[in-house]
Amino acid sequence: METLERILAEHPLFKGLDPKYLKIVVGCASNIRFEPEQVIYKEGDPAEKFFLIREGKIGLEINIPHRGSIAIQTVNSGDILGWSWLMPPYKWRFTARVYEPTRAIALDGACLRRKCEEDHALGYEFYRRFADIIVQRLQATRLQLLDVYGHHTERQK
Amino acid sequence: MKARHSEPMIPQPFRVAKVQKETFDTFTLQLKSSKGNGVSHFSPGQFNMLYVFGVGEVPISISGDPSNGTLIHTTRVVGNVTKAMGKLKVGDVIGVRGPFGTPWPVENAKGKDVVIVTGGIGLAPLRPALYYFLKHRDEYGKIVLLYGARSKEDILYRRELEQWRARFDLEVHVTVDRGTGNWRGNVGVVTMLIPKAPFDAHNAVSLVCGPEIMMRFTVLELLKRGIPESKIFLSLERNMKCGIGHCGHCQFGPHFTCKDGPVFPYDQIKDLLEKREI
Repeated sequence: METLERILAEHPLFKGLDPKYLKIVVGCASNIRFEPEQVIYKEGDPAEKFFLIREGKIGLEINIPHRGSIAIQTVNSGDILGWSWLMPPYKWRFTARVYEPTRAIALDGACLRRKCEEDHALGYEFYRRFADIIVQRLQATRLQLLDVYGHHTERQK
Repeated sequence: MKARHSEPMIPQPFRVAKVQKETFDTFTLQLKSSKGNGVSHFSPGQFNMLYVFGVGEVPISISGDPSNGTLIHTTRVVGNVTKAMGKLKVGDVIGVRGPFGTPWPVENAKGKDVVIVTGGIGLAPLRPALYYFLKHRDEYGKIVLLYGARSKEDILYRRELEQWRARFDLEVHVTVDRGTGNWRGNVGVVTMLIPKAPFDAHNAVSLVCGPEIMMRFTVLELLKRGIPESKIFLSLERNMKCGIGHCGHCQFGPHFTCKDGPVFPYDQIKDLLEKREI
C-alpha cells in the first residue's frame, strides 16, 4: 500500500528532502478528492493550502468583466497546485476549478509557513524548490504572452 | 520518393477539387492536375509553390497523405496571395510547382519513439508524416503528438485529432493558450506538455514545426528530456521564391531553406537559430 510518506518522498518537489523535514511535511498532508466543476479555491480567498495532483485536471481561471472566466493554465497529474500560500499577502490570485475527477494530496500551507519561520533551513528548502516551479511557469507564461500563433508571427509555408 | 519537377520553374495547372474551411482564417484545398493525372508524388515535409494567376506565388507545405498522392494544402490567410487563394472555388485553376525541399526523416525514425511537437498551422506540414507513421505503425515505437493552438476555435483538423486521440497506439495531447467558454482540455503552451510526455528520450526522434520562437523553446525542453540534438528535426520557414536554391531569397546562413530544408536536423542549424541577423 502506498503511504503518504512514500508518495511525498518520491514526488519531485520533495525528492531528497531531509527525512526530518519530510516528517513535518507528512504531518501536514492529507488525501483529498475533487469532483468535476468543483471550485477548490476562489480568487481573493486566503491561501492556506497547496496540492500535489496525483490524478486529474484543474483549470486556473480568472474572471474578466464582460468576457467571463478564462482559463490561463491547467495543472495535471504530477503537478503542484498553488504557491500563494508561500508569499504575502497569502491570497489566491486565480480560481481553481476541477475539469476532471481529481485525486490529490492537500498540504497545510499555513502550518508549513509557521514551520519555515521556526526553521529557516526548512524555509530555504521550500523556497528553493518552489522557485524552480515558479521559474518554469514564468517562462511558459512569457511564451504564452508572445501569442506565437497570432497573425504577426504565424508560419505560412 | 523523389521530387518530380523536370521543369521546376514552370507551374503546372491544377484544378481545385475541394475546398474545406478549417478555422475562421484557415482552409484546405484539394487539387487535381488539369492534365488528367490527379496523383502527385511527394515525401512528408515537402512543399509546393502555389501560384494564384495574376496575384502571385507562395510556398505551401503539402498536408495530405503521401500514400495516395492526393495533393492537399492547408493554408492560412496572411497576405494577398493566400487571401486570393482563400477565394478560389471548386473548378478554379491554380499553378503548382514542386514538390521541393527535404522531407521529415520518417525512414530513419523506424524502430524509435516519435515525438511530434507542433503549434498552430505547423500541424499541416506534419500531417503527412503522421499518416506515414500510422500506415507503418508496427515499425515504430511510441508515437506522441503534442499540439498547441491559440484557442479551441483555432484547432486544426479537429475531427481527425479526435480520431487520432481515440486510438490506443497513438498518444495525442492538445493544449490551447487561452481556455475560453466550455473548454476543459489543457491550457498552457505546448512546451509544458513535453516533460511528462511518454517516450524514451534515448531512443526517440522528434519532429517539430510551428512558429520559430515556439520551436526554440520546444528544443530546450526536448534537450532537457535527453533527446540528442541530432535526433531533433525542425521545419523552418523562410522567404522561398524559386524553390530550387537559385535565387537566394531563402538563404539561412550557408543553407538555402528551399533546397537544404525546410526540414533540418537541429544540430545543423542550432548556431544560426538565435542569430538576429540571419
